[in-house]
This record gives sequence, C-alpha cells and structure tokens, in this order.
Amino acid sequence: MKRFCVLILAVLTVVNCANEDSNLDYQPTLQPLDTPQIFSSNIIAPIIPADNPQTTEGIALGKRLFFDRILSADGTQSCATCHSPQSAFTDNLQTSFGVSGSAGTRNSMPLFNLAWNYGERFAWDGKELSLERQAEEPVQNPIELHSNWDNVIERLQNHPEYPELYRLAFNSTIINKELTTKAIAQFERTLISANSKFDRYSLGQASLSNQELNGLDVFLREDKGDCFHCHGNPNNPLWTDNDFHNNGLDSTFNDLGLGGVTGDPNDNGKFRSPSLRNLAFTGPYMHDGRFATIEEVINHYSEGLQNSPTIDPLMKNINEGGAQLTEQDKADLKAFLLTLTDQSFVNNPNFQ
Amino acid sequence: MIKKILLHLCIGLCLFACESDTYSSATVSQVNPTFIFQHNWNGNNVSNADFNDFIFTTENGTSISIERLRYLISDITFTSNSGEVLNTNLYKLVDVTNNNITYTLANTIPSGNYANVSFTFGLNNENNALNYTDLNSVSFNVPELLGGGYHYMQLDGKFINSNMQEQGFNYHAIRAVDNTGANPTFPQDTFFTVNLGPITIGNSTEIEVNANLAEWFKNPYEWDLNTYNQMLMPNSEAQILMYNNGQSVFSLGDVTQ
Repeated sequence: MKRFCVLILAVLTVVNCANEDSNLDYQPTLQPLDTPQIFSSNIIAPIIPADNPQTTEGIALGKRLFFDRILSADGTQSCATCHSPQSAFTDNLQTSFGVSGSAGTRNSMPLFNLAWNYGERFAWDGKELSLERQAEEPVQNPIELHSNWDNVIERLQNHPEYPELYRLAFNSTIINKELTTKAIAQFERTLISANSKFDRYSLGQASLSNQELNGLDVFLREDKGDCFHCHGNPNNPLWTDNDFHNNGLDSTFNDLGLGGVTGDPNDNGKFRSPSLRNLAFTGPYMHDGRFATIEEVINHYSEGLQNSPTIDPLMKNINEGGAQLTEQDKADLKAFLLTLTDQSFVNNPNFQ
Repeated sequence: MIKKILLHLCIGLCLFACESDTYSSATVSQVNPTFIFQHNWNGNNVSNADFNDFIFTTENGTSISIERLRYLISDITFTSNSGEVLNTNLYKLVDVTNNNITYTLANTIPSGNYANVSFTFGLNNENNALNYTDLNSVSFNVPELLGGGYHYMQLDGKFINSNMQEQGFNYHAIRAVDNTGANPTFPQDTFFTVNLGPITIGNSTEIEVNANLAEWFKNPYEWDLNTYNQMLMPNSEAQILMYNNGQSVFSLGDVTQ
C-alpha cells in the first residue's frame, strides 16, 4: 500500500510539473522556410536541424532576441549592433566594437542564406559547427556582448514578456541557453536574400547591360577572373562555396584562420569564402576588413596576391600578383558584382 | 474459376519469362553492392592524409603535392552473361579530400554473376546536359560559357616548376570545348567508360575500384606540368590529353562477399 501511495504521489508530481512548464496539447506553428525559386531550381534543400524546426513563434522570439540589448552585459548592444539589417546584417566597420569598447580582430560577417551552408561551419574560421552553437559565443565573448549566460537567462526569466514568448515558441516557460540560441538560429535562417537583379536575370525577368555581361564573363573565365571556383556561379546562386581558402592576402599569418581551429598547419591562413551577394552593403571586405572598397578587392586578386605555403592552388599568376585584369575588365567585373545587390533584402520589414 | 486460374498462370508465366538468365532463380535476391574507391600512386596507397605534402613524383620527374581531389562517376552498369544491360543511371561524386570514397548503390539489383560491371568517368553528353542540384550545391558545375555541364574531375595541387618554385596546378577534366563563349563547340567526347570485368554480386558485395593517380600524368602522354598547369578548362588539347591518360587510371581491386 505504501508503495502504491508513493507511486501515485510520483505520478501526480510529474503531471503537476508538466502542467507548470508545458501544455501537452499545445504545439507551436510550423513555418518552413520559403525557399526562393532560384534556389529550389538549382541547389539542394536547406539544412534545418531535426531538433529545431522552424516555427512562427520560434522565429518571432528569435527576432525579438536578435534585436534586444538584454543579451549584453550592460544593456547597450544586441546582435543587430554588429549585424544591422541595413548592411545585410553586418556593420560597416573594419572590425566591430564590443560593449567594453574593445575592437575585435575580425570583420563582422553578413548574415543571409545561412540555412544553405551545407557544411555547417560558420564564422570566418569555421569554428562554429551550427548556427545554434554560433549564437552562444558572442553573448559571452569579452570583446562582444560580454555577458554571462546565467545572468542573461535570469534576466529573460524575470522579464514580463519573455517567459510567455518561450512558452509559445517551445512550450516551456523554463528559459535556458539552448532554447535561446535555437530561437535566434530560427530567425537567422529566415534571412534569405535571393532577389537581386542577377536573380531576376536568371529567371528571365530582367536584362543585364553589356558591361554587366562582360563582368560575368570575367568572373567565369578561367583565364581572367576565375572567381567561380570559390564564389559560385549562376547555377550555384549562393555565390559562395562556403569552403575555406587561403586567397593570398598575406605571406605570413597573424591570424591562422581555419588552422587555428583545426590545429593543422595546412589550414593556416584559410578563411571561409563569403558570399558575393550584397557587396554594396557589406564593406569593408575580407576577414579583417582590410579592403574598404570593391575596387581594392579586385585589385588584390589582379595584382596583389602574396605567396605562402598554403595559398590555394586556384590562385593564378602569383609571381605577377594575380589575374592581371585590364582596367576595363575590373570595371566590368565590379558592375557584374553589383548586380548581386538585393535591395529588397535590406528593406524587408520582416527583418527590421 | 478455371478462367481465373488460367489467367493467373498466364500472368505468372509472363513475369517469369521477363526475367533474365542472370537472375532467373526463384531465390534471387535484390541487393545493393558497395563500391569502394581506393587511390594509389604507382601502388602506394593515397588518402587525404597524404595531401598537402610534396610526396608524389610524376612520370617526367616533377615533384607534386595534392590538395584537393574529387571526381564524378556515373552510369554504373551491370551486364549479365546473356548480354542484358542494367544501367542504374546512378552517379557518385567521389570526394577524396573529404574521404567520401564509398558508395552503396541507391537502387537494388538482382544478385548473380555479371559478365561486366562498368561506369562512366564523368558524364556522357546527354547526362551532362541535365541539371543536378546536388552537384551545383558543391560548385561542381561548369559555367555555360565554358561549355556547361559538370566537371568530371578537380585535381588541384602544387608542383615544383622549372624555376624550382612551388606553383599551383588545376587538373580539371571537363567536356573538351572550343570557341568558349556564347556558342561553344565540342571537338570530341572526353568522358569514358571504365570496364571492371566480370563480378559476382551477392548479398553484401563490396567492389574495390583502384585508381592509380600517377596514370593521369603518365600514359600515353608524359604530362609536363610546366606546360599544362592552370586554365586547362578552355584548353581542348589538354582535355583530350587528360581523356587519353585517364583510360589506364581505374582497375578492379578486391571483391569481397
């Protein structure tokens, strides 16, 4: 009889706890990503973790968190401070400043089309192995938001609105780091850019000027820019391979990049190829923001390559500094690159 | 009732008649053989662990390192002893860089003795004109102005050039193309068939395919990387040399049941 009573008590306790934290009948509303036609026609489906499906409520919570300074130590910065919608979710600084006023060593990466990073290595050096894990790091990084996750969770838990938003998103009023990063990742996956002039050209809805077409030619030709091996092409409209390359920036390395993560010296000086979409909004360029303009970037590949043991074999004419483009080809290449600008992305009210 | 029995008998006989010699037994099973692509340099095993070091020497004496290797095989085909051809229409991107070198057939085939198992290196022209979202996603496609379609192989690395300096090479095999641009022309096909010979396919057969990478630089053309190193995609002459050298790269290794 005693055992029976204990069992009943235990069951009642479990049921009671369940009622407090979750409602077994409630399910957040699934909201799969709206894959653009230019993607579905050309590349495989986005990566959505099985344990973090996209939901309307999760995305809304993630958006709120992304723009909320509550994640920072002193309430002065949010994710959006360094990842501003108007700048295609980067800032326009060489390197960003955290809440303490310290500058980081890396340029803030723009955020879009993240669910199509099939290798799921994020950040310039690939150290973050999922979007959810990536969202953990800036919150506690001393040169970024410089918070403590325990404090952040406490602030969120005591907030008048967040517990209800978590209940709606995850059917739990118990807030923790995992649910917080899941929500932010859900929002980040909705940041899709696929409506540039070139996208519309590919879909037969726009035309390119002769200069832009010649720029595409420079971009694709192996004996000119040969940009496509690392930066996509009309059939890979991500405009990046999301892979890691040493693109000849330095002959010696202050920043090891991927090599600092893997510990393999063969990876030293390798950084993830950024997408070439939205360059009009994302300068300065490279992992350390060393180039202020698109012209400087093009000049680097044309005449500025620095040799090193790990330079990618796709880099050409290194002894001469690079591809040796004519001034006309450079201008045309820039004109083409700017066709990858997506105004509707930076003005999307869902992302503000 | 008799009509029904006769009808069933007739259908049964028709189905039986459709089966080939290879798999006419009532006990024939449907199986998914596995292909394992093993790489070597003149007999010495090569894996991605050997990349990035100058440990290979080409037939003409050039020291090279390999940094990236991936290639496409397609049209995996099983030919029965009676000559019946079973083309799976399957393809596999063998990615040595990322150690993705094993492929278990996505479709089942009947077990039995096959007179020949073969595949195409690259894609035949018909298949090369199709759109493969998985290959686009890993940037394996070839821009339209370079003839379109897909790379057959990307073999990237560095060699010690005649000035004793390290220099990059991009041994990229594609469909040979001339007049690159809006109206390219194609001088000759550069995909080719690899015949592995007779193989018995059982319930858990593993077929080892050996690829001697040194052959790409060896036979019949003794490759000179000082002559052909980069920008080889629009160079039909180089593509045809690759095609010729590729004929002796692949061979059948061990088959385990």
